[in-house]
Amino acid sequence: MSLELRNVTKTYREPGGGRLPVLNVNHFQLAAGEQVVLVGSSGGGKTTLLNIIAGITAADGGEVLVGGTDLVKLPEAARDRFRAERIGYVFQTFNLLPAFTALENVLLGMSFGGKRADRARAIKLLERVGLGHRLHHQPSQMSVGEQQRTSVARALANVPRLLLADEPTANVDAANQQTILELLRDSCREHNVSLLLVTHAPEVANQFERVEKLADFNRPA
Amino acid sequence: MNLATIAWKSIRQRGLASSLTALSVALGVMLMVAVLVIFGILQNTFNQRSINYDLIVGAKGDPLQLVLSTVYHISPPIENLPYRYYVDWKKDKRIESAIPLAMGDVTEQGSFPIVGTIPEFFEIDYAPGREFLFTKDSAEMRRPFEAYIGSRVAIENGWGVGAKLKLVHGGADSGHVHNEEFTVVGLLAPTGTPHDKTVYVNLEGFYQIEGHDKPLGEGIKREREFYGEPPLSPEELAAEVKKIEAKYGTHDHAGHDHAGHNHIHELPMVQKQITAILLRCKGLTVGPLIAGELKKGYQAQAVNPIFPMQKLLDQFLRPAMELLMVLTVLIIVVSGIGIFVSIYNSMAARRREIAIMRALGAQRGTVFSIILAESIILCVGGGLLGLALGHGLVFVAAPIVESQTGLIVNPLAFEMQELLLLPALLLLATLVGILPGLTAYRTDVAESLSGS
Repeated sequence: MSLELRNVTKTYREPGGGRLPVLNVNHFQLAAGEQVVLVGSSGGGKTTLLNIIAGITAADGGEVLVGGTDLVKLPEAARDRFRAERIGYVFQTFNLLPAFTALENVLLGMSFGGKRADRARAIKLLERVGLGHRLHHQPSQMSVGEQQRTSVARALANVPRLLLADEPTANVDAANQQTILELLRDSCREHNVSLLLVTHAPEVANQFERVEKLADFNRPA
Repeated sequence: MNLATIAWKSIRQRGLASSLTALSVALGVMLMVAVLVIFGILQNTFNQRSINYDLIVGAKGDPLQLVLSTVYHISPPIENLPYRYYVDWKKDKRIESAIPLAMGDVTEQGSFPIVGTIPEFFEIDYAPGREFLFTKDSAEMRRPFEAYIGSRVAIENGWGVGAKLKLVHGGADSGHVHNEEFTVVGLLAPTGTPHDKTVYVNLEGFYQIEGHDKPLGEGIKREREFYGEPPLSPEELAAEVKKIEAKYGTHDHAGHDHAGHNHIHELPMVQKQITAILLRCKGLTVGPLIAGELKKGYQAQAVNPIFPMQKLLDQFLRPAMELLMVLTVLIIVVSGIGIFVSIYNSMAARRREIAIMRALGAQRGTVFSIILAESIILCVGGGLLGLALGHGLVFVAAPIVESQTGLIVNPLAFEMQELLLLPALLLLATLVGILPGLTAYRTDVAESLSGS
């Protein structure tokens, strides 16, 4: 699924009442099945951009075309549904629910996609990320690398067409970093899923054919 | 994974707080159920369905005591009436049936109340449309020393047809056991009324028991006194006694041993006494009329059994029950507030979890519903536990209440008002869950996710 951003702007309200411009993206494009790394300085708006693409945060203006659907024009409920059905999101801090086991976290990801949670598929996904033996463990009982692999499995639960990954390797050790990266890239390749990965780590960025610097196309006024 | 499962996970995560709040609801509901069931039992026991007579005639005194002693056997009888008074009522053309009852004694085994009556008592329905039924091996009560026993008496004493029983004079504390033995000839089928815990003996046999026949002179004096006739001089009394003795012969109980010796001797009416008379009247207006007539006189009182019991219920039991109900409702409401506080306090810590669910595609309405489901699970779950505990309490308390008060308590009793508990708890859960639910609904996803 392709992604295209046109004149996307976002400002935040400041305590004094003014507006702080965060994003002003003239144009950005990602082809279906393409894998792109987005790099940028801390506080540069990378997470905000991912949130806008995911429909979590509403843009102030412009067009966010995901597979031809403009998320800016969709009401919030429709954006939520769109995200649940077509977009996978891997967070830097994993964001697993602590009371749920690995399997339940993946099933939870499926629950909001409008389809019946497929237990067999959830188990397969966890086996695919090497956690077949950790199905019934809670996040607190898993290592950091295992937690991030669980969150990758969860992001893939609803067969997304676009996968967003926000610093997915920032909190894991070097060995796990490569495993997770390969897992993400291989999974996306297998299912022709577009991948937009945000990182500040050069060793991660260097592995991608296309690396975009946010500052090159984001010029907040 | 459905909303209830997600809500249940969250409840389990806060196991201790959730259990305690649900338990507080359970305790409130338990008390409410116990109050409802016990009051229902009292109402059923004391309402008009439990007796099929228009009037109870007894000695002057407290009408409530007359009803409690005659129908429920949970109060001592007031005084006795002459047997002749019963005969008078039997002859009264306004009366359809008059049944004499003689009470005061209990069984030696189990202290069940003894009621002396006539076989006709069992031909009249004990409650409207509910006739006395007997076990198949039962026979008619024909001879004086024969008895029928209630179903609970049979079970608790292990008695069947052919069993022999003795009477303790004037209540269990007197210690005087009559020598005469009665034989059980019939077992009453369960009625759910005080009949189940009563032994009915043939009235003729009741009078044959030592001490149950008044001394002749005393009987003559009391009967004249009752009818307002002038007292006899000692000479006149002696002549009257002599006249009656000449007709019926003399019988001195002290002159021989009664043990194992059930003998019959015909008694003059003046030596017999009864405790109460049950009347069925011809026509609806007769009962109040007779009650009014007796009110003017000094001999006796006639009481419609419904009124004193209704008065007891309305003046004492209902207000007490209403007060208890208010208290239990307050307990449940306070428990509901406890659930609110528990969920609401957890919201700050759960903002991130809610944001994660929203980021995974859960809509605002979905997270609102999850919080509401938590409140409903805690309230309704606690309520169902309370229902079970309440009925468990009644089940455990039933034999104790029975032994203390003599009332029949059905341990499996269920009150229709209990059905209102579930919708009431659902309403409470909804009210309690709205505010935390709205907090979840309003959660800013990006802000909550970045706040790690």
